Amino acid sequence: MVAALTSAERQSAAVILLVVALAGLAMAILGGTGPLGVHGVLVMLFAGALVAVVFAGFYAPEPTEDRPTRYYDDPIKVGIALTMAWAVFGLFMGLWVAAQLAWPSLAFDAAWSGFGRLRPTHTTGVIFGFGGNALIATSFHVVQRTARARLAGQVSPWFVLFGYNLFCLLAVSGYLMGVTQSKEYAEAEWYADIWLVVVWVTYFVLYLRTLARRREPHIYVANWYYLAFILVVAVLHVVNNIAIPVSLAHAKSYTVWAGVQDAMVQWWYGHNAVAFFLTAGFLGMLYYYLPIRAQRPIFSYRLSILSFWGITFFYMWAGSHHLHYTALPHWVQTLGMTFSVMLLVPSWASAGNALLTLNGAWHRVRDDATLRFITVAAVFYGLSTFEGSFMAIRPVNALSHYTDWTVGHVHAGALGWVALITFGSIYTLVPALWQRQRMYSAALVELHFWLALAGVLVYVFAMWNSGIVQGLMWRTYTEEGTLAYSFLDSLVAMYPYYIARAFGGLLFLLGALVGCYNIWMTVRAAPHAAGRAADAPQPGGAAAVAGE
Amino acid sequence: MSETGERDPVSGRRTTGHEWNGITELDTPVPRGVLMFLIVTHVFAVLWWVLMPAWPLGTSYTQGLLGIDQRATVERELVAATARRADWMARIETAGFDAIRADAALMDVVRSTGARLFGDNCAACHGVDGTGRANYPDLTDADWQWGGGPEAIAETMRVGVNAPHPESRIAQMPAFGRDGMLDRSAVRSVAAYVYALGNPGYSTADTIDTIEAGREVFLTTCAACHGEDGTGEPAIGAPNLTDDYWLYGGDLQSIVTSVHGGRQGHMPTWDERLTDAQIRLLALYVHDLGIAEP
Ligand code: HEC
Ligand code: HEC
Ligand code: HEM
Repeated sequence: MVAALTSAERQSAAVILLVVALAGLAMAILGGTGPLGVHGVLVMLFAGALVAVVFAGFYAPEPTEDRPTRYYDDPIKVGIALTMAWAVFGLFMGLWVAAQLAWPSLAFDAAWSGFGRLRPTHTTGVIFGFGGNALIATSFHVVQRTARARLAGQVSPWFVLFGYNLFCLLAVSGYLMGVTQSKEYAEAEWYADIWLVVVWVTYFVLYLRTLARRREPHIYVANWYYLAFILVVAVLHVVNNIAIPVSLAHAKSYTVWAGVQDAMVQWWYGHNAVAFFLTAGFLGMLYYYLPIRAQRPIFSYRLSILSFWGITFFYMWAGSHHLHYTALPHWVQTLGMTFSVMLLVPSWASAGNALLTLNGAWHRVRDDATLRFITVAAVFYGLSTFEGSFMAIRPVNALSHYTDWTVGHVHAGALGWVALITFGSIYTLVPALWQRQRMYSAALVELHFWLALAGVLVYVFAMWNSGIVQGLMWRTYTEEGTLAYSFLDSLVAMYPYYIARAFGGLLFLLGALVGCYNIWMTVRAAPHAAGRAADAPQPGGAAAVAGE
Repeated sequence: MSETGERDPVSGRRTTGHEWNGITELDTPVPRGVLMFLIVTHVFAVLWWVLMPAWPLGTSYTQGLLGIDQRATVERELVAATARRADWMARIETAGFDAIRADAALMDVVRSTGARLFGDNCAACHGVDGTGRANYPDLTDADWQWGGGPEAIAETMRVGVNAPHPESRIAQMPAFGRDGMLDRSAVRSVAAYVYALGNPGYSTADTIDTIEAGREVFLTTCAACHGEDGTGEPAIGAPNLTDDYWLYGGDLQSIVTSVHGGRQGHMPTWDERLTDAQIRLLALYVHDLGIAEP
């Protein structure tokens, strides 16, 4: 890690870490024994550990002159390790909350382990921990390869990666202490939010500067998606999190938005977090690792353009479909609904573009579990975007809203699309990065695939059933004109489905553990691939560009 | 541009001529079906905008040709739903309890609607079937602290027990041990006496002295509320201590705990949460639970 930095860069890394540690000290002093103080200590420990790493390598020999002729892969490798670690953590939390819904005593009567605290720990763990690290790691890989240029910074990729993980740590540990803004997917409090802005702006600048160095005349479509992801998430994050802390010495803050405006801002954020974090970023992954793995050209460049602009434009308007039949004015709901319907075609265009790319490679899909991960992910992407547009239609939403159907829909996307595309990409990426011929065990990839697929199917079918049963029970009236079922009746009816869902989650978690083992063994023991010399940035100079 | 790329043998299409680390793109036109589908969704959206409230116009918005508005809709539906129930609701609200109980058809409504109301409001404490659990009374038995007729039950629900309602029923069993009104041995002996009331077998040569001492304490300290014979006083919610029904447990240790720390059960008031008709309906339902039980 440190060996690849010049001594000036090592110094600046140490200075940055020192500043972070000082900020942690300030938090610790101001926050005292409150959560802010605990977080201050956490920040100091985090920065301290990294300072130790930097100092340990401080006097190592400097990197050789030819550094720019190699891709910068170390941050990607660490990013992949972090992705898998967060996957195991987040999925385990998901399994735990799923089990609590079936057997509530698994909360063990402690505050930190209650459903209300573990649930955001799960969502943040999987979305930001697992998904976010996967996006950062793969974006660093994709941008270098498709720009044929080394990352435009030596310290900043590490800053982005570790800074981002510090944010995730602050968020998750905060929930366990009861720190929350009570905004879904934006639960982290003001100080963590400010920190994320710093990290995110660095990420954006790094990405743009790397693209600016490219040796290719055109920017490949995967990069459009990654850029949209980075840029829009920055805007969403800032707007939704504008808040006024109770005091600088306190973790609690209050949002500046009020009433139904607050709800609208939150779900404009929440929906676009799904759109630009969980969709656009992962489409970037799809557009790179699918053609690489399938060894096929993308089916249609024109379709890529149509779906990219369709998705970026229409998603922005769709958030209000989360607030149907609420105090939000009817006309805003209409707009959210209709834009969600119009969004369907661009979404399906991406899924279709991916599946048609496989024409001429279906035999590989049959034989190669890694490519199958990516293929099935594209299918789930198509499925859940259709479901989403459908659920956005007001009368449909009247049945589905507040039920487990929503949770089933989320996980068709989260497990079927986000997690499967990530695993497929990682299985493509790991041998390439560590210069192995292939993954340690193809059979284990196969096993992971079937565990994951079985897990998603069990989960999603259980939640479809329970959601629709719930929705119908809540709207069934007796002849006398009163509700036929109490809420408790509907809970009792959910019991078998909650057990089934937890079982599906267990399969999914087991698959991820198999994946971790396989990746570990690939790094340790898989045979080296000879001659990957071609995998290097194009030498600098105008000649390369002019050669277009 | 399209002519610069090489031809893909599988599809017969040319690529766009660019290549990124081995990735190329075909120059396939957007399939006609996609465009058609795109048009269909847009036509749907435009139609919906024309019919429904849709676009903002500064301080107002386009109302839509159908003149639909969610607030008006929900208000209309509420009126219709109330009208559907009005008939039997009115009878529950005004008819005497005995008259309602004599009306088999109306009692069917009480049972079906009551089960749902009970499930949503009472089951969390009293159990789905009303049989209660530790610290929460069984509502299906014949043992009532505040009276088991529909009137008494309705009153308990209306004002609650130890609740913030101004007329709340008050059930204050003092903390004799903790507050130092009785010393340790007095607490033990009076508990032994109370225990022996329901368990005559407990009174043996070994325990008789304690029990006798406890009887003295009971008559001076407890009888004012629980009665000289210990059969309780419903007016102040002091329970019968001679039967085998115990809210807080009838073993010796639980009785010691009751006397030492006192007991103040909390039953919420439903005055503002439920309508009069709902309270009366639930009172009939709870009363009926007890009767249905053999
Ligand atoms: C001021 C009136 C009052 C006095 C005096 C009083 N009690 Fe009570 N006691 C109550 C009330 C009211 C309750 C019911 C509390 C509740 O419902 O939460 C009760 C409950 C109890 C219970 C629990 C019954 C159960 O079902 O679990 C026991 C045991 C008991 N009393 C014993 C005694 C003994 C022994 C004494 C004398 C030392 C005593 N009480 C004095 C009012 C009194
Ligand atoms: C928060 C818990 C809670 C809820 C909810 C609750 N109760 Fe109670 N209820 C109690 C407790 C505790 C008592 C015992 C009070 C006492 O100590 O006397 C009680 C007592 C009663 C009694 C008096 C029993 C007797 O022996 O006289 C009735 C009747 C009753 N509840 C009916 C209801 C009904 C009907 C509902 C639903 C509308 C309901 N309760 C909801 C806790 C609850
Ligand atoms: C082991 C696999 C998983 C299990 C068992 C699981 C379980 C759960 C449970 C029980 C809930 C709460 C549902 C409720 O409140 O009723 C939930 C919510 C959620 N999970 Fe998961 N989860 C898993 C994987 C994932 C993954 C991989 C992601 C995203 C990448 C994800 C994203 C979410 C989101 C966004 C929510 C909030 C849904 C909403 O508010 O409607 N989950 N999950």
